[in-house]
Amino acid sequence: MSTQSSRLAARVMVAPSVVLLFIWMAVPLAMTLYYSFRLYRLLSPDRTGWVGFTNYLWFFNSPDFWLALWNTLALVGGVLVITVVLGILIALLIDQPVKGQGMLRILVIAPFFVMPPVAASIWENLFMHPQNGLFAAIARGFGAQPILFLEEYPLLSVIGIVSWEWLPFAALILLTSLQSLSSEQLEAAEMDGASALSRLRYIILPHMTRAITVVILIQTIFLLGIFGEIFTTTQGGPGSASTTLPYMIFKQAIAAKDIGRAAAGGIIAVILANIVAYFLMRGIGRHLDA
Amino acid sequence: MGKITLKHVNKSFGEVAVIPDINLTIEDGEFVVFVGPSGCGKSTLLRLIAGLEDVTAGQIDIDGLDATYLPPAKRGLAMVFQSYALYPHMTVRKNIAFPLKMAGLSEEEQEKKVQNAARILNLTNYLDRRPGQLSGGQRQRVAIGRAIVREPAAFLFDEPLSNLDAALRVSMRQEITELHQTLKTTMIYVTHDQVEAMTMADKIVVLNAGNIEQVGSPLELYHRPANLFVAGFIGSPKMNLVQGAVAAAQGADTIGVRPEHLDIVESGSWHGVVGLTEHLGSDTFLKVVLDTGDTITVRADGEVGLRHGDRISLAPRPDRIHRFGADGKALA
Amino acid sequence: MARATSPRRKTLTTIAAWSVALIIFFPVLWMILTSFKTEASAVASPPELLGADWTLENYADVWSRSDYPRFFWNSVVISLGSTLLGLAIAIPAAWAMAFVPGRRTKDLLMWMLSTKMMPAVAVMIPLYLLFLQLGLIDTRIGLVLALMLMNLPIIVWMLYTYFKEIPGEILEAARMDGAGLIKEILYVLTPIALPGIASTLLLNVILAWNEAFWTIVLTTTKAAPLSAFIASFSAPQGLFYAKLSAASTMAIAPILILGWFSQKQLVRGLTFGAVK
Repeated sequence: MSTQSSRLAARVMVAPSVVLLFIWMAVPLAMTLYYSFRLYRLLSPDRTGWVGFTNYLWFFNSPDFWLALWNTLALVGGVLVITVVLGILIALLIDQPVKGQGMLRILVIAPFFVMPPVAASIWENLFMHPQNGLFAAIARGFGAQPILFLEEYPLLSVIGIVSWEWLPFAALILLTSLQSLSSEQLEAAEMDGASALSRLRYIILPHMTRAITVVILIQTIFLLGIFGEIFTTTQGGPGSASTTLPYMIFKQAIAAKDIGRAAAGGIIAVILANIVAYFLMRGIGRHLDA
Repeated sequence: MGKITLKHVNKSFGEVAVIPDINLTIEDGEFVVFVGPSGCGKSTLLRLIAGLEDVTAGQIDIDGLDATYLPPAKRGLAMVFQSYALYPHMTVRKNIAFPLKMAGLSEEEQEKKVQNAARILNLTNYLDRRPGQLSGGQRQRVAIGRAIVREPAAFLFDEPLSNLDAALRVSMRQEITELHQTLKTTMIYVTHDQVEAMTMADKIVVLNAGNIEQVGSPLELYHRPANLFVAGFIGSPKMNLVQGAVAAAQGADTIGVRPEHLDIVESGSWHGVVGLTEHLGSDTFLKVVLDTGDTITVRADGEVGLRHGDRISLAPRPDRIHRFGADGKALA
Repeated sequence: MARATSPRRKTLTTIAAWSVALIIFFPVLWMILTSFKTEASAVASPPELLGADWTLENYADVWSRSDYPRFFWNSVVISLGSTLLGLAIAIPAAWAMAFVPGRRTKDLLMWMLSTKMMPAVAVMIPLYLLFLQLGLIDTRIGLVLALMLMNLPIIVWMLYTYFKEIPGEILEAARMDGAGLIKEILYVLTPIALPGIASTLLLNVILAWNEAFWTIVLTTTKAAPLSAFIASFSAPQGLFYAKLSAASTMAIAPILILGWFSQKQLVRGLTFGAVK
């Protein structure tokens, strides 16, 4: 419902965003694609040339790659499950008639304001450190051996840290959504004889579908590229136990200084991201009648 | 001045022709009402005149000049929207002054015109409030105020009373009519409510499926509906339409008689049984199931003593019978 | 909900909710407490809540050993600059998508979001080289551009969801009243959408403030913001907990305070159209 001139204006108005984002995406992507077929090592800058799919094959033949792929998906999936499930529970709890709801929100939102390097270093040093960490002290207090979080459960530890960072985001979006549910609906359901559990199942959760969708979408966008938390804590180790695809690429680029291989890894990561994005948009995009 | 002429105006959204082909002239100073059921294209037609939509084909002239491709702001028209579309962040004063500010008038001139409009619309005491603090009727007046300060060639109203309660609707209806008599500016008013159309219009345009069914004064449409659609749409309660032998006897495919043109008599030509009765005090509306099986409405006196199940006899006034052919058009 | 609740139940849920909230908040609290301890007290076993010998020395130390004001100012300029620039570009785009939607509008929005799914590490080297070529390495303008582009899809999406809730008739009224496109956006749309624009601004300032990948890759010293400042402190593992905590507190304090003060506004806006 618009006139030709307003449609034209709309194109002009949307153009800067589209053009800038296209450049921001396409130029580095084209360069990455180019490097991915080249021999390009910073340690031997004289030897260059086309190498076909060698860089890609290196990844596919590396057992680390498949582990990294799995770790990436496990990290994204694990954090999503934890934040959504706990987020719903926290939202339900805070939405109850409790004293000091405003202050509760302030406490719950705090981790969202903590930048990833700080979050990672608090957890790594103040909590998970095997000698000086608080968890170790608590374990000792109970006469138990301190758990070596980052050594024995590196991926789970990273998932825990990242979940803590994103839990406020999920909980608060879900809380807002919950508070927008009309109490008349719930009262009607109660009059109809629905138990608390059926009210949750048939009224509350369906109402929150859109919010859950948004949480999953936004978090996936940010989680696919998670890097800083791993860099600060486990450095992808021990071995490659907590190496994700982004971290593996980083190791190729910075530690091995093999730009060609890193680029090939980058292209693989982009393809993976697009596959995830495709399923995400197809699967849940319909809940976002944008 | 505000003469608006539509020549072969056509509007399609994709494949769908919302308005196939319309020709219409609106004379300067006329109060014209576009009326029709929802989805008949009346709002689209108004938006085409406003310039908020492009015509697909055809020409719109305003005061003899081709305005087909002018942007809304350049057409010299003012519009009052269904939701009033007041600017929620501005005071009433700023709302009314907005078009003047856009036109680049000086502050003093703006204030003078705002004061004048506020006086006409009884808004003087509300100028510093925001739309959120006003009642529905007051918001409506602000929307009108914003329209009149521009001294437009014509006012466009898009179902402006549909968000008001019944009592307010009646008084606003009168206010708008009085405003028209004061300003003598062309007004085009869109509504689905035939009562508004009948009470306010100089000229009614009945629209159906994007086509003009009939154009005429309220009484013309009431007395001489050009076709079955207009017959059924204008008048409340609706005209009774009967087919079959009774109609054939009159040499028509369908005949129509308004409820107020049926008399309850000792022995008339129509017989039936009283069903539902609605007592309005002044009048009583009776639903009567005729022996032919048709259900019709009859207006009777407020004090009528008939009840459900009573058998009655009816006589349509012969000079008030409307006859329609098989194509739905009125027969002379 | 105005539902009948027994006082007992209210007490129980209050205790439960506060316990959960305190657990979530505890790491931040512990960091702040540790920042006031002496180094010995910070690693004491059993742990001390806050020793009698609490001190401000750690802050003084961090302050004197690093150029905190410069990092801070860089963070402010970069996060605010990138967000304001992003808003200037995104408001027209969101206007177009919300009020003149086409068949492709949703696809376009999803495409914009998908650009954010590209892992930063994957394009780190080309972007580094590009920035080097353009002389943007270690400049604030370079980071403003990078973070603006990084957050642009989120800004467009948030604004789009707010704008969609504004009735189109108001903008049409402005058009009838003689406002051109620019005036329509400036005088009518923007003021009406101000709450939405404010929460978009807040969220993106937070995201930009906390961005710790591009800020580290693309800066060395001059333009380095607080996320780079803290990275330089987290190197000595298991040591200097009190100083690390003080530096961390200094890095997050500005945004924590801003976030707390504006949390109502922020949370209301954090819905991305998920709440109708």
